[in-house]
Amino acid sequence: MMQLPVLDETAVQIIATIVKFLVVLVGVLHIPPVMIWVERRVPALMQRRRGPNRVGFFKWRLWGLLQTLADAVKLIFKEESVPGSAYKGFFHLAPLIGLLPTLLFVSAIPFGPAIEIGGWKIPLSVIELDIGLLFILAVTGVGVYGVTLAGWASNGKFSLLGSLRASAQMISYEIPLGLSLIPLVLIYGSLNLQQLILAQSSVWKWGIFLSPISFLIFLICMFAETNRAPFDLSEGESELVAGFHTEYGSAKFALFFLGEYVAMFALSCLCSVLFFGGWQIPFVAHEQLVSLTGSVNIAALCGVMALLLKAAFFMWLYVWVRWTLPRFRYDQLMKIGWKFLLPLGLANVCVTALVLAALA
Amino acid sequence: MHPYLPVLLVLSVALVIGLVMSFLSAFLGPKRPSAVKQEVFECGVAPIGSRERMSVRFYMTAILFILFDIETVFLYLWARTFKSLGWFGIVEIFLFVTILVAGYVYVLKRKALEWD
Repeated sequence: MMQLPVLDETAVQIIATIVKFLVVLVGVLHIPPVMIWVERRVPALMQRRRGPNRVGFFKWRLWGLLQTLADAVKLIFKEESVPGSAYKGFFHLAPLIGLLPTLLFVSAIPFGPAIEIGGWKIPLSVIELDIGLLFILAVTGVGVYGVTLAGWASNGKFSLLGSLRASAQMISYEIPLGLSLIPLVLIYGSLNLQQLILAQSSVWKWGIFLSPISFLIFLICMFAETNRAPFDLSEGESELVAGFHTEYGSAKFALFFLGEYVAMFALSCLCSVLFFGGWQIPFVAHEQLVSLTGSVNIAALCGVMALLLKAAFFMWLYVWVRWTLPRFRYDQLMKIGWKFLLPLGLANVCVTALVLAALA
Repeated sequence: MHPYLPVLLVLSVALVIGLVMSFLSAFLGPKRPSAVKQEVFECGVAPIGSRERMSVRFYMTAILFILFDIETVFLYLWARTFKSLGWFGIVEIFLFVTILVAGYVYVLKRKALEWD
């Protein structure tokens, strides 16, 4: 029998990190096809149409589920066309710069409590930092560069206008997004996402009940940060063709799509983590679950499912809102961000601090 | 293990996979470039490019963003240590926020945030 090399703590954690990241990556790669399918079928239902329902597997049509898979394959085998007047380096780099921060973001989410494999305790977040919340805010800030560079490097009118609009919008809504989370830090006293979840030990301690205004601001910023309807001015099809990715095609276009959907998923997860107790199942304590199932790992898996279900609701909300609300005007968008959400966020922080100090 | 090592690991793995995906169609797709195909898309008319001046409002938004974003980061540090600082922290941060709100009111009065 072969002797297995003895692993020390560092080696195990490094291997675990890479494995966890690959699992997250494979999972995340499945989000755009499924979400695009949902985004075609759901509006079809809402508008009494059929939507894509042909592409299937031999005689099984599977409600058109394979349509987006076919689209992805098509995109990869397309010719890559680069505009002659584009800045080549930045043009090729921009989709990557757009994608990498979102992958870092989703890696920082704690998907569940720690599991145990062979006596090693492995946390279920790829990156576990004590300043997790600040890390996430910093990383979302980098995402703006991808959009800005894509539009500028394309050297086209529509791309530039789309990217200017998108970047101005994203930085404007980053401030209320940051402000909306401060009351939670005040209440729970931590920046570590895992500890924020553990602090919401019962349903009545969830962020949405302790700080509902924060949730309102965060929800609005969630839509604005990802440039989704009703804040999708940066890709207003009727005015700007497609916005900042007008000149992109083939796999690079697919990367932009991937980045957008990963960002949506990561923000949905963050929303569940901060306001809805993360991986905790309502009314069932984690210890109860461990004794009920008799295994830490199975209980952790239940937690992961709970978080994914909560996140799925917000993904659904994205689609629902998109086909319900009309688009804002640009001056309205800026007015909401700077003149409504920013003062509201600041006031929310001040009031929360005063109430907490008075109660202490 | 150093807590920031996973960040580096994730970044390097993601960079490799991203680069592969990014240049996938450069290898797999056909290559038939032509002068017309490589023009930027401007609805079919002869393109005039985008080297123009932009509205000054975008610059103002960017500058104001830096100001208020740094304020937000300061507030995070205070929020984390809120319980140990007590009333002293509250008074100090309210002074800080008051000065910033004065600046915010000035910006509003000068109509730097009007988009029309």
